[in-house]
Amino acid sequence: MKLKFALCLLLLSGGPVFAQATDTPLLIGGCQGCHGASGQGGHGIPSIKANHSRDEFIALMRAFSANERPATVMGRISRGYTPEQIALLAAHYARPQ
Amino acid sequence: MTLSRRVFLSAAALPAGLAAPNLARAQAGAGRVVIIGGGFGGASAARFARDNFPALNITLIERSRSFTTCPYGNLVLAGRRDINFITFGYEKLAARGVRVVHQSVVAVDAAAKQVRLADGAQVPYDRLIMSPGIDLRWGSIEGYDEAASERMPHGWVPSLQPISLLRRQLEAMPDGGRFVMVIPDNPFRCPPGPYERISMVADYLKRAKPRSKLIALDAKNGFSKQPLFQDAWAELYPGIIEWRGASNDGRVTRVNGAAMEVETEFGEKLKGDVVNVIPPQMAAKIARDAGLANQSGWCPIKPATLESAQVEGIHVLGDATIAAPMPKSGYVASSHAKHAVACIAASLAGRAPPSATFFNTCYSHVGADYGISIVGVFRPGPNGFAEVEGSGGISPRNAALTAERRKEHRQLEALYADGWYDSITDEMFG
Repeated sequence: MKLKFALCLLLLSGGPVFAQATDTPLLIGGCQGCHGASGQGGHGIPSIKANHSRDEFIALMRAFSANERPATVMGRISRGYTPEQIALLAAHYARPQ
Repeated sequence: MTLSRRVFLSAAALPAGLAAPNLARAQAGAGRVVIIGGGFGGASAARFARDNFPALNITLIERSRSFTTCPYGNLVLAGRRDINFITFGYEKLAARGVRVVHQSVVAVDAAAKQVRLADGAQVPYDRLIMSPGIDLRWGSIEGYDEAASERMPHGWVPSLQPISLLRRQLEAMPDGGRFVMVIPDNPFRCPPGPYERISMVADYLKRAKPRSKLIALDAKNGFSKQPLFQDAWAELYPGIIEWRGASNDGRVTRVNGAAMEVETEFGEKLKGDVVNVIPPQMAAKIARDAGLANQSGWCPIKPATLESAQVEGIHVLGDATIAAPMPKSGYVASSHAKHAVACIAASLAGRAPPSATFFNTCYSHVGADYGISIVGVFRPGPNGFAEVEGSGGISPRNAALTAERRKEHRQLEALYADGWYDSITDEMFG
């Protein structure tokens, strides 16, 4: 019955993020390479797992892409994502709301 | 499984924009996926499929029982890492439910959708992923064959020759000796690799044999992260490294293993106490035999799905592919792998492929606590692949940073390189 429940949630959830659920595991591949499978970080690489609210996550990525926040690689990486992709990443990594 | 069927039918009745991938993948996406090659592409594909698409039956065929990475091989060469640190087994992938078969593939029958193994077994598939890696083009530099590579190691394909052979020769080299490197034209595996190797050999020479020299003879005039490498060489290893490009007679056309001598296009002969020849390359034999490669020796692929442009039903990943401007790097192979698996799962479930975004972050160690990087984000473009405009690029050059920030930046990137290595190898083999 778990599946049925999930299906109800899906129907109620309004769509966009779910519609692209296959995209999220692909998109986070760009993060996992350094930040680890669950975003836990290591070797000085910061954890990105549940460290921010969605809004904070999005603001952080915007600051990186505008070179408003010092970074080694994140400025160069963040400019490769669309705003929709950043929103999916935020939904994945942000603290549960 | 009547419940499953009912749920699937309900899901199928959803409006198109509300497709239910999590459900669909559990119900309708079943299929046999066979992966040939257990390197960065193949191992990542197996793990990603297991984690995200439980309905897929995954078989990974890899002839070796262990995998030694190319990344960090140059640190083993410099004595900064042990070979065991960069060598991994397939046990954990097997424990995660991947059927791991340690056999050589002798033939791929795309029409019958099956793969024949050296022991005669036939492995049927619904979709095939090939991440075969590269072969060296023996003889493309006159005199450079497998026998010569024992005297003049390539250290470029760990399954053919462990980096420890070159390491032993470097250790045996006298102080005041000469290390000669021969570097190929594009395209080749790991574009910044030869230059990280120059850096790591120089790092070792500076510490252990400070009167020695390194001469790099390059068949091209420019290379990956060139300004960063050259800034660092001047800063860290003054007087040790001489790099010669093609227009400065850097192209080596002939080698003599017995004499430990290389000869350039215009006839200059140079002897080395250690000679490291990185020869021209091509897609591995199994890919060429399967009809995946074109006359270039590399495999053309469809950018949206990474399917072979020449043989239906086969997805090709990693170094063997024609995927410029994406480099032939481990991270790109891993990025290819995830996309190919998602495309296969979608196709088996009757859905359109997901949109493609590919990533590359590639660090090079240039010295102790001195790292540099190149980053790229790529999508399918009008002709093949294209880097996302405004993104990517290399670390800032020395002149663009204050002295304090420069030191911090290089230190952080060396540290982050270690983090990258841990993360990506854990993803494959952890």
